[in-house]
Amino acid sequence: MTTPASPAQVNSIGLTKTDYRGLPSTLCPGCGHNSIANQIIAACYEMGLLPEKVVKFSGIGCSSKSPAYFLNRSFGFNGVHGRMPSLATGARFADTSLEFIGVSGDGDTASIGMGQFKHVVRRNAAMLYIVENNGVYGLTKGQFSATAEVGLALKHQGTNPYMPVDICMEALVSNATFVARSFAGDSKQVRELIKAGVAHNGIAVLDIISPCVTFNNEENSFHSYTWSKDHTEPLHEIAFVPKLKEIEFDDPFEEGEVREVTMHDGSVVILKKLEKDYDPTDRWQALRVMEEAQRKNWLITGLIYYEQGRPSLTDLYNLPEKPLNRFTEAELRPAPETLDSLNALFT
Amino acid sequence: MSTQKIVNDFAISIATVNGSGSQTANSTLLRAFFKMGIPASGKNLFPSNIQGLPTWYLIRVSKDGFTARKDVSEIGVAINPATFMQDLQAVPPGGAFFYADDIRLPIGRSDISLYPMPVKAISREADIPANLKEYVANMVYVGVLAHMLGIPESVIHESVSYQFKGKEKATEVNMIVVRAAMQWAAENLTKTDPFAVEPMDKTKGLLMTDGNTAAALGAIYGGLQFAAWYPITPSSSLAETLNQYLPKLRKTADGKNTYAVLQAEDELAAIGMAIGAGWAGLRSMTATAGPGLSLMTEYAGLAYFAEVPVVVWDIQRSGPSTGLPTRTAQGDLTMVNFLSHGDTQHVILLPGDPKECFEFGWQAFDLAERLQAPIFVLSDLDLGMNQWMSKPFEYPNRPMDRGKVLWEEDLEKLNGIWARYKDVDGDGIPYRTVPGNLHPAAAWFARGAGHDETSRYSEDPQVWESNLLRIKKKYETAKQYLPAPVIDESGQEIGLIAYGSVTPAVEEARVLLASQSGVRTDFLRLRALPCTQEVHDFVQRHQRLYFVEANRDGQLRQLASIAMPGEAHKFRSACHTDGLPLTARWVANTILAQEEK
Repeated sequence: MTTPASPAQVNSIGLTKTDYRGLPSTLCPGCGHNSIANQIIAACYEMGLLPEKVVKFSGIGCSSKSPAYFLNRSFGFNGVHGRMPSLATGARFADTSLEFIGVSGDGDTASIGMGQFKHVVRRNAAMLYIVENNGVYGLTKGQFSATAEVGLALKHQGTNPYMPVDICMEALVSNATFVARSFAGDSKQVRELIKAGVAHNGIAVLDIISPCVTFNNEENSFHSYTWSKDHTEPLHEIAFVPKLKEIEFDDPFEEGEVREVTMHDGSVVILKKLEKDYDPTDRWQALRVMEEAQRKNWLITGLIYYEQGRPSLTDLYNLPEKPLNRFTEAELRPAPETLDSLNALFT
Repeated sequence: MSTQKIVNDFAISIATVNGSGSQTANSTLLRAFFKMGIPASGKNLFPSNIQGLPTWYLIRVSKDGFTARKDVSEIGVAINPATFMQDLQAVPPGGAFFYADDIRLPIGRSDISLYPMPVKAISREADIPANLKEYVANMVYVGVLAHMLGIPESVIHESVSYQFKGKEKATEVNMIVVRAAMQWAAENLTKTDPFAVEPMDKTKGLLMTDGNTAAALGAIYGGLQFAAWYPITPSSSLAETLNQYLPKLRKTADGKNTYAVLQAEDELAAIGMAIGAGWAGLRSMTATAGPGLSLMTEYAGLAYFAEVPVVVWDIQRSGPSTGLPTRTAQGDLTMVNFLSHGDTQHVILLPGDPKECFEFGWQAFDLAERLQAPIFVLSDLDLGMNQWMSKPFEYPNRPMDRGKVLWEEDLEKLNGIWARYKDVDGDGIPYRTVPGNLHPAAAWFARGAGHDETSRYSEDPQVWESNLLRIKKKYETAKQYLPAPVIDESGQEIGLIAYGSVTPAVEEARVLLASQSGVRTDFLRLRALPCTQEVHDFVQRHQRLYFVEANRDGQLRQLASIAMPGEAHKFRSACHTDGLPLTARWVANTILAQEEK
């Protein structure tokens, strides 16, 4: 009998955290995106996901470089600007048993990629869609993005005259089935939301305020560490309990009122009530709370909206159990005699 | 005015109003000729409009088997008052003009046979449901022409039944009108024109269909697994045909689909989805036309550079810009050849008839997966949407080529040692793995940014250049896999080179040139780019090469000049684009004019 590895070293499938790492980050030290990459590593490790079962997608920009910095053993595709959703949509059909994690930015999603973002949401493709939202274009050195707040002043750009795009609102009105927002500085919440988003069978939009320490981190700026810390209003405390047989979990919350959200695969998201009770299955309440947050200058975080039961994209296509990309010629090419009857149709 | 009988050799131009149901009537006539064994073709000159604008349908019957558009239609059928005078003037002396008798405009021609038809009266009096009368009124000219040209009622019946896929009720409603019109013509018209049809046996074993249908079926037999598309004329019917036949042909034993077709939000997404699916190991395609292709440009470059198999059908229409959406052209060739920024050259297939659309439909997937590259197939509106006679579709004559894909057991044998972009075999084509491969060494990171052999990000100058040169090598490697040109040669000085839908006009022009002007020509029909050695050799063997194409600038000649700069002084253009299919007469005259210089 082999000696069981210490639970501190390996996860439920016997992998170490190193098995989930990526290449060293080339982003700026202190960038919010790096802490998000670390939480993706932690979440996948803690969930016991086989890295080979995860596929990473991204578009163009600082955020979109980050899939290289986690899950080295996972396939990844860094596509063109704003059009990661279409790549992922097509790839979804190859093997529906895979988990998809897309990482985008506010420029990649809310500007050039708005169309594809809304449509991947509308189609409910099973994918965790993370927006690393910092309000600026970092890689081109600090221009305003579409999520920059009106009135934001940046060094070489002047003052932003336009209203910002709210990615969670856009997701909600496009009938997203999972909408969440977090702040890169809140590691635990980010991690638990990543787990819930991965477990969700459908599109999981996770908008994470992720400060750009180089170009947009002034104290009064909406996307800065200081402002976000001071203005964060969590809707609830959140814990993700994966569906695992024969393992007893301690209730992550010792006291207080909790609300449980059961996911498609049987895992559970536990939300602990904070100031007031919040029902994340009520779209109107979600929109109301977000509108109120905009007015009052709050950064609302947590699981904003969740809808269970809507089929995901590939559920609509009557696909076989076996992954399509493992089908062979014999299974894909119709028999010769079928062509004879087809030819007869055109005579 | 009737002189010698002209049998099975004339063209009919039918002028109707778009959206009036004339398509059924026109298709009925065309298929009737085909079913009589007479070579025939049908070309729809339709407006970019749902209802109300003028539309013409050109039918050519030719005992000699010529199917190109004719410059002049000896028989005119005028149902549309808006174009009546134009249609009347278009009939050549000695021709015949059938027209709806409720159009009261001055005729003023005595050099043609005139046949007024009581279109409204016949359909009004026919014993059919009132709500259908408007739709079947066009069957009046079918009946009148059938009687006057000598098409048996039984053949019309067969042909109408074909249009309605054997549905008896719909067939009968239409046949009531046809019979009434035939009877009226027998009782009221005296034939004064020379045109007639007689049965032949020249269509036996042939199909009559369109290139888009053939392309879709070819893709299905090629094992198509994923298609994403966005509606655009003239390519939409290709994707719609996929939707029509996939459910019948591609289910597993337990009724599951081995395919998925998705209508995307635009062409940017359609190509993105197709590339995502191709990257993930599916036989994947999209179909579009020029404007859509412009939108797909950036992603085409990614597929080229990240080396993702994907098939893109371009059903060309007149451009630039919106251009003439419902008219044909071969104007996308240069653009597609280089589609993308940076150094890019794509492999292009050029089908010349429906049978080849079917063939290239499945071959394109083999090529895409073999070369790990986007493969473009250029058809056009004329080939894609019009009715062509064609040899039957042939079942693929070789096994699928899935290319260099490593699965778990392959990586096991390699002890997990491999590199995504390493040229192991010296043909420029590396090995790939696809998502879902669970071997711990399977994964790699695809990107449009500079990368080394292991697919890691790299800005190293040497790495960049050697990678681009390796990709270029694939373009050379491709030549051995491409369909060879079709050459008809008898040692002449003049060689003609053309591709795709202009082929029937070129073939007929060669006969005209030889028989009327004594100018003999050889002909190379190109079926793929890049040009192979056979093309170079053909060019070398000739003194003067005419590139016949339906565009303004002679794009094929431009590309050939780049490929064969030393021979370019021999190249001449016969290019023309007015939105209509080229005619043999125009091709012959254009070549003659240059020969006489």
